[in-house]
Formats: sequence, structure tokens, C-alpha cells
Amino acid sequence: MSTLTSNFPAFKALVLAELRLYFSSRRTLIMNVIAPVLIGAFFGYVTNPKDQTAPHVPVAVVDLDGSTVTKAIIEAMSKDASLEITRADEAQARKLVSEGKLRAAIVFPERFGSSAATALFAPGDRPKITLIEDPSKAMEVSLVQGLMTQHIMQAVAAQAFSPTTLSADTVAGWRKGLADSGSGVSPDQQSALGGFFDSLERLRVDQQKGATATPAGSTTAATSATGTTPATAGMRQPFSLDKQSAVGTRDSQYNGYAHSFAGMSVQFILFLGIDLGVALLLARRLGLWKRLRAAPLSRATLVASRMASGTVIACVLMLAIFAAAIAIFGVRIRGSVAGFALITLTFAIMTAAFGLFIAAVGKTPEATRGLAIVVTLIMVMLGGAWVPSFIFPPWLQTASLVVPTRWAVDGFDAMTWRGLGFDAALAPSAVLLGFALLFALLALWRFRWDE
Amino acid sequence: MLSATELNKSYSGRAVVSDVSLRLEPGRVLGLLGPNGAGKSTTVSMLCGLLRPDRGDVVFDDGASPMNGRTDEFKRRIGLVPQDIALYEELPARQNLELFGALYGLNGANLGRRVGEALELVGLADRARDKPSTFSGGMKRRLNIACALVHDPDVLVFDEPTVGVDPQSRNAIFDNLEVLRDRGKALMYTTHYMEEAERLCDRIVIVDHGRVVANDALGALLRHAPSGERLEIDIGQGVDCTSLLALPGVLEATESNGVLTLKLQSLASDMAPVLAWCNAKGLAIRHINSVRANLEDVFLALTGRQLRDHA
Repeated sequence: MSTLTSNFPAFKALVLAELRLYFSSRRTLIMNVIAPVLIGAFFGYVTNPKDQTAPHVPVAVVDLDGSTVTKAIIEAMSKDASLEITRADEAQARKLVSEGKLRAAIVFPERFGSSAATALFAPGDRPKITLIEDPSKAMEVSLVQGLMTQHIMQAVAAQAFSPTTLSADTVAGWRKGLADSGSGVSPDQQSALGGFFDSLERLRVDQQKGATATPAGSTTAATSATGTTPATAGMRQPFSLDKQSAVGTRDSQYNGYAHSFAGMSVQFILFLGIDLGVALLLARRLGLWKRLRAAPLSRATLVASRMASGTVIACVLMLAIFAAAIAIFGVRIRGSVAGFALITLTFAIMTAAFGLFIAAVGKTPEATRGLAIVVTLIMVMLGGAWVPSFIFPPWLQTASLVVPTRWAVDGFDAMTWRGLGFDAALAPSAVLLGFALLFALLALWRFRWDE
Repeated sequence: MLSATELNKSYSGRAVVSDVSLRLEPGRVLGLLGPNGAGKSTTVSMLCGLLRPDRGDVVFDDGASPMNGRTDEFKRRIGLVPQDIALYEELPARQNLELFGALYGLNGANLGRRVGEALELVGLADRARDKPSTFSGGMKRRLNIACALVHDPDVLVFDEPTVGVDPQSRNAIFDNLEVLRDRGKALMYTTHYMEEAERLCDRIVIVDHGRVVANDALGALLRHAPSGERLEIDIGQGVDCTSLLALPGVLEATESNGVLTLKLQSLASDMAPVLAWCNAKGLAIRHINSVRANLEDVFLALTGRQLRDHA
């Protein structure tokens, strides 16, 4: 302490010098303030419930029944603000879900409407609804399943207890189901349900005699019972659910590490691009660039050699990262290996061009590195590498398509856990090549060949 | 071998090089001498085909020039030793040389032979596998030179190759240059150290503010210096030397820190009366030194300013 006191003037001078140096670099200061503000604002926006609009989950509906019940269900789901319903056939729906364009697809089987009402109380087979899901979107699929069940229960109950549609056979079927349930239902429950069926029978007969009746109470009663109805007897969910992964069975196909490794490899290979660009700036500063230009080499040779070496390094890194993911974390390329290779190659070319662009627009290596890291982090963030893009607001999901990282991550997802074919690699690859061309042209335009 | 004719280069309307002409000959060393900012590096860049002059031409005797589309052929015949140490620090010395050789089209056994010869010339054969990052400053400078001569160019351009080099390495570099000169290479050596130019160069071009102020052999340049020779006499005490100016042949006389500094018309004939004057004054002479005119004097005479520390 006494040493510090005696050296205080020196200590103070050192501190002041450091502070002056830091605050005199306006660019560094801005980066150190702007970057955390931008990234913090982004995460706050996408995770803060106050800032979130209602979820708008895209779902396909396949109606193989075409009954009034399924039409009523689909109409109700279409009006639900949380869902975005698309009509499709089953093959289309499965493809759209597997490509990540929809979160789930619901397939109503033939005769769903007629058999669902009976299945409300009768034991035995229930109509089977197929739910084709995107296994990476478990939260959204759960929401879809819950909303679907709600709308089905409302529509089927309304159908079952409507005076105009309630038939003697339906009520008889329920009575038979109750009788067949045996020891599964207590005598008190049997007595209560029997009274309920008697009331429905009288309502039906009165309706047929032209008397007026309001089924709303019945519907409400039936609906409210759905939450507590035992599976063996009494009122129950009038359908069974066959959940299918759009990319195969849930357990064998989806691996969360696949998306994580896609995102992180994209991020760190872009950092490699920054290193390539900064290295070029350093080469210029150290006179190496001048020395290279003194050799009988064309500008095209100099630029192409940088692009080629950057591309090779990026490819090798990407393959090494995914090799680790495959060997250690069980990630698999379920889709096209050729497609995976194509996306790797085009992303690597894009990375090399990005590095060249950084070298062209950068002034000093130090300042350029800071700025490039911030830009890269924002691109990676918007590309869905840190958090899946589906939790972004809809406008941001659309806007993020203008960053190459989104296409790269989506492309790797498509070739790994989504298991899509080579054709699904073409669009991301084309976009990545487009960005590579854009970066390269901008770099050539702005590049300072002379010192 | 290589001629530069009336080179001109301006940046933002400011002339950096104006009408610079010079010629490099085989087996000769041409010095380009001038203070910092005189336009030496810009002239070097134009000579090496790195920078296109606004006006003027750089051409080999057989016509090869960047100005007539024979840029690659032109560059292949020039080796540039830049002012900066332009090496890949993390590649071993041999791999640096192999890379620079390959840039000039060498390959296979020829490349290996040339690399070996270059390493041998600069005295780094035993460090061929070491990385430059482990080298001293002088060794890096020597490797820098080796990279420029690995493709066996006709012309070697040294842009201040001794900046920050210790005296031992500097001498080693001078030895390298003399070997290359003896092998018939045309050398150009830019520096702002007049001693280096005096030691190495057969002909010296002095530039200032982008213009050539002198272009001649060393002996002829020295004749630009004001006539007379300097004599320094250490007398160990102060003295009024006004009466010295009355002696025949004494052009200037000053005293500082016990040292008399005189400019004489002729050292041989005018020194004796000065020594007699000292005896008459009872001054004990401790040391006598005669000083020849140098390039500093020439530069001063030509520009009215000092060469050193002049930006």
C-alpha cells in the first residue's frame, strides 16, 4: 500500500494515459458500446413476452373426410389467431413440414366426423388423426396439439349433442359402451351417466316432435368433462393421435446437436473469414503485399489465390467440426451427402469472399477486426445460429433471409437432421454463391492495390 | 541495362516525383540518396513496376517495360528488397524462399538449387529449417535479400535494407551486395545514410523534394562541395581565434569545447602557419584530425539544408 502511495503520481499518469488512449479511439468505443446494446436489444426483443405478438404457427390441414365436423374444426382453427392454417394434400403437407416451412400437418381420416361422435362415449377404435411434426419445434407442436384438441372437442361435442344430428343409434351406442365398460366404471358413475343418456334421449325425442331445445348446456357440460374423463369409459377424447416426425421417427432422427453444430460452425468459420481479411491488411502494413505485387503476378492471381486458400481452409474446418459432431454427438447427415458437400463448399467460398471484402473496406487491422466481429455476430444471430429463427417475430423471420448465415444454417439443417435430398441444397447454395459474388465484386471495387 | 526517363508522379495534385531520370548498369551500384520524404520509395515503386508513373518511362535495353505491356517479363528481371521485412514469419526460411521462387516461375530441382544458393550467399544455410520469427533483425534482413535474389534477377533494388540493423549484420549485407555486384548484377541502393552510399555506390543520385539535385560518381559529387578542407585541432581550452582568419589560406575558424575547427584552402600548404599560431599562443595540441568533404556537405551545398533528420 505504501508503495502504491509513494508511486501515486506514476500510477495516476499510467491510468490517465490508458484512459486517454481508450477514449481517443472513437471507433473502439462505439463498438464496445454499440455491440452489447444491439445484441442485448435483440435477445430482449425475441425473449421478452411484452414485446412478443401472439404465436402464429404455420400448420397444414389435410381433410380426407370432408364432413361438416371436419369443416367446422378447420374453420375454427383458421379463426384461431395462434394458428396459420394451410390446406394441402398429405404429400405436400409432409414435404412442407420436412422442409421446415410448416411446424406440423394434421391429417383427418375418412369418416372422422361420423365416428368421432360415437367415440365420445363408446369404447373401442377411435378415428386416428395423424399429426406430422417438425421434431425440432417441440414447443410449437405441443401448442398445435393442444389447440387442435380444443377445436375438435368443441366441434365433435356440438355435433354429438345437436338436436338435429343426435340419433337414437348414437345414444344406444353410448349406452352399450357404458354397459360394456364393466368394472371400469363405478355403480354411481353408471347411474349418473345413465341419467345423462336418458335426458339426451328425451331431448332428441322432443326435438323430433318439433319442440324447441337449446343444446348449449349439453355441449358445455360435455366439453367441460373432457379434462377429467377416464380413458376406459364415459366421455373421452373422440380420436386417437398418430404423431409422426416429418423426418422419421422422433427418437432415431432428430438430434439437437445437429442444429447447434451447424450454427457454431457457421459462426466460427466466419471468424476465419475475418482472420483472412485482417491478415491481408497486416500483409499490406508489413510490406508483404508490396513484395507480392513486385512479382510477375496478375491481380486475378493474387485475389484468386486468397480466395482459394480461404475456401480450402473453411472446408477443412467445416468438415472437422462436423466430424467431431458425428463421432462424439451422434449427428448424422440424414439427407444428401452431396448436398452437404455443396453447401459446405459454397459457404466456404462465401467466407473467403467475405474475408476479401473485409480487407477491401478495412483501414487498419485493429479497427477492422472489431467492426467485422460485430457485423459477423449480428449476421450469426439473425441467421438463427444462437437461437432458432422460429422464435423470432414473423417479420424478423422474413427479414433474416437477407443474411447469408440464415441460408447456411438452414441448409446444413436440411442436409443433417431434416434428411432432405440434394434438391433442397440447391437454393441455399445458390444464395450463398450469390453473396460470395456480391462480396467479391464489392471487394474488387474497393480494393486498394497500391500502397 | 535499365533506364528510367523523366519519371513523374503526383498525389492529389502534389508532385512527389518530378522528372527523375537514372540508369542502372551491370556490375555497378547506383545509390539513390535523399532525406526521408524525398521521393525515393515512390521512385523505387515505379522502377519495379509497382506504380505507374504519370509521365515518363522505365525500360530495359531490350524494350521490356510495364508501359508497353511487357510487365511480367519486366518484373521477372527485377528483385526487390523492400524496406519492410516482407517475410512469412511462421514459414521456415527455406519455404519462404521456395514460395518467392515459385512466384517467379521456378520449380523442381532448379528451384531447390536456387534456394540453396541464396541461403548460402546470405549465410543462412544452417538456419534453413528455422522460422524467421526466431531470427534476429539482421538475419531477417538477410533472408529478405535472399528472397529477392532467389530467381536470379538482372537488377536488384534495395530499398533502405539496413534500417534497424546492427553493425555486424550491416557489414554482412554490404558483403552480399559486393558479391552480387561482382557477379554482374545491376544494383540500386536507396538510403539516407551517406556513409553507406559512399562505401557501396559507384554512382549516386541525390534527390530532394522529388527532384534529382545531383547525379554523378562519388568523386565528382564531392567536387560540388565548397572548396577547402577541414582541420580539427584539440587544444583542450578555449581561445579567441579571430586572429586565425588573418592567416593565409584560412577560410573559417571557430572554437567549441576546446576544439578548433578550421576550413583551409589547402591542407598541405596552409596547415603549417596554423600550427605555428598555436605554438605562439602557447596552446598544447592534444590531437589533430583532418576531415574530407562528404555527401552531407554536398547535399548542404546543393540544397542549403542538412541531409540527416530532415523530413
